[in-house]
Amino acid sequence: MSAAEKAALRESGTPGETSAAASASGPRSQRLPNPRFLRSELWLIFGRRRNWAGLAVLASVPLIIAIAVKINNPGSAGGEFNVFSSITDNGLFVALAALTVEIQLFLPIAVASISSDAIAGEANLGTLRYLLAVPVLRSRMLAVKFTAIVIFTFVAILLVAGVGMLIGLALFGGGSMVSLSGTSLSFGTGVWRILLICGYLAIELSALSAIGLFVSSLTEQPIGAAIAVIIIMIMSFILDQIPPLDWLHPYLFTHHWYGFTEFLRDPVSFGGPVRDGVLNAAAYIAVCYSAAWARFSGRDVTN
Amino acid sequence: MTTAARTTEVAPAVAGATSAHSERLAIASQGLTKRFGRQVAVNGIDLAVPRGSVYGFLGPNGSGKTTTIRLLLSLIRPTSGTHALLGRSMPQAASAVLPRVGALVEGPAFHPYLSGRDNLCRLDAADRTADPATARRRVEAALDRVGLLAAARKRYRAYSLGMRQRLALAATQLMPRELLVLDEPTNGLDPQGTREVRSLITNLAEDGTTVLLSTHLLSEVEQVCTHVGVMHVGHLVAQAPLAELRARTVARAVVTTRCPDEAAEVLRQQHLTEIATGKDQAAGVIGQVAPEQIVEALVHAGVPVRAFTTATPDLEDMFVSLTGRGFDVSG
Repeated sequence: MSAAEKAALRESGTPGETSAAASASGPRSQRLPNPRFLRSELWLIFGRRRNWAGLAVLASVPLIIAIAVKINNPGSAGGEFNVFSSITDNGLFVALAALTVEIQLFLPIAVASISSDAIAGEANLGTLRYLLAVPVLRSRMLAVKFTAIVIFTFVAILLVAGVGMLIGLALFGGGSMVSLSGTSLSFGTGVWRILLICGYLAIELSALSAIGLFVSSLTEQPIGAAIAVIIIMIMSFILDQIPPLDWLHPYLFTHHWYGFTEFLRDPVSFGGPVRDGVLNAAAYIAVCYSAAWARFSGRDVTN
Repeated sequence: MTTAARTTEVAPAVAGATSAHSERLAIASQGLTKRFGRQVAVNGIDLAVPRGSVYGFLGPNGSGKTTTIRLLLSLIRPTSGTHALLGRSMPQAASAVLPRVGALVEGPAFHPYLSGRDNLCRLDAADRTADPATARRRVEAALDRVGLLAAARKRYRAYSLGMRQRLALAATQLMPRELLVLDEPTNGLDPQGTREVRSLITNLAEDGTTVLLSTHLLSEVEQVCTHVGVMHVGHLVAQAPLAELRARTVARAVVTTRCPDEAAEVLRQQHLTEIATGKDQAAGVIGQVAPEQIVEALVHAGVPVRAFTTATPDLEDMFVSLTGRGFDVSG
């Protein structure tokens, strides 16, 4: 290494920055929100081929639905509201049909695999020790990880809805939408309702993300964590099906997922099921995030 | 026996640490202990790494070196004991101190599907004290410094062990550091890479960077270190400047002859101590006696000398005498 190269390395920090880094009171930049780490985290999720494949699978469902309905029109099933039979009347229903189908398994699996990878994945690779030695405060790391997972959740749901709306409009056209209350909603209102449904489902799945984050903080095996999260979710589904446990049902996080149909009524009632669903998700997020923090902040990083 | 004497020599200096004293130390620990269940991985060690030194942290595999390094970086919490880095108490001062510390802990670890460059960018992005405006330049300089520029765009999974090790070293060079903690940095490197890492360490040390170099390669220590600490089954059994350790070692004279008993008698007359004889050899500790004088006496006494050598024990002999067992894996 030449003297010039050494000098280049030395001067690579700006003078102000170097003195800030060296000051005992801590650098000024620490008080400003720094989006770089979050960006890096998002790049880690969205730059990964595995996740591209997962998103492609999610996006394929509305395409399959739309094409299947186009080829073999199920026809109107005699007055009863059916999301599939409504597709031919309004392409927006492709998005609704796809969300209804995917919320049962595909979307939760995607969220479970991403969220359980958060801490366990880094621990498994050994990159966790290097991040903590940078240093990244553990509380900050948890916050950035969770933010990135929630962003992924929104993106995944919006992708399904967006692809559904586009292919639906292309194959079946738009127009007004018949609400569950029997009234007619304008096209613009219909799109708005679908976006509200996306937001609601993303909040519900964020509760699952928080569970995933907590499980991820317990182990160094991301696959094991993902399986555990899926087991927890299926257990919640099962408990929700057992009538003698109806006192428990409102507390199950999966119980409120289908509350999104409230957004298809006219007018939308934000009280009742929607409020309960959001409160339930908020409670799960608060409890699981705190548990993840309690576990992760004191954990010995030994791999 | 020697072991006990050496550790006690160090202990008072640390125990009576004034703030001025600890300010001179880049790493100072008092009774640092880590228990995993029943096993005591690190047992009450008092590390004292002076600023500006290259401190060889020696010990066989499993002796507690890596656990100590994890404790120093606050990756794990001590069962008992305290430590300070660059004069600041850890872990309280971690967010102020660790940006000035570069670390390579237990081998490289990066995201396999990101390129070497992207992996460094990610670490830099996580550092709140790093200036985003200079990130690209610093990453390139760090890659250049370890000779990885040509492979910067390759995915990490395609790297050889040596390249991975270089990338981990590059990560320690992203920011100007006052202290480097390097856990077996030459592991997996070819001879050329090993030489480069040694010269990198030497260059950094010349710039005033303190280096804690954990290794089980004694040659590495002899070539680059100014201080040595030896770990054995969780204990720090010795800690001193390398020159001081060397001065303590005693030279022996070895006479090869067909009359070892007569040679031994001469050695005894010349006031050599710990005299031993073998089939065709006689040996003794020289002490203050000049070797020339011994040879003259041997010739004068008519001992048929076939060969005469004086030998100072090397670091490996020292190490064996300190740990008692040599270089096996500690249980």
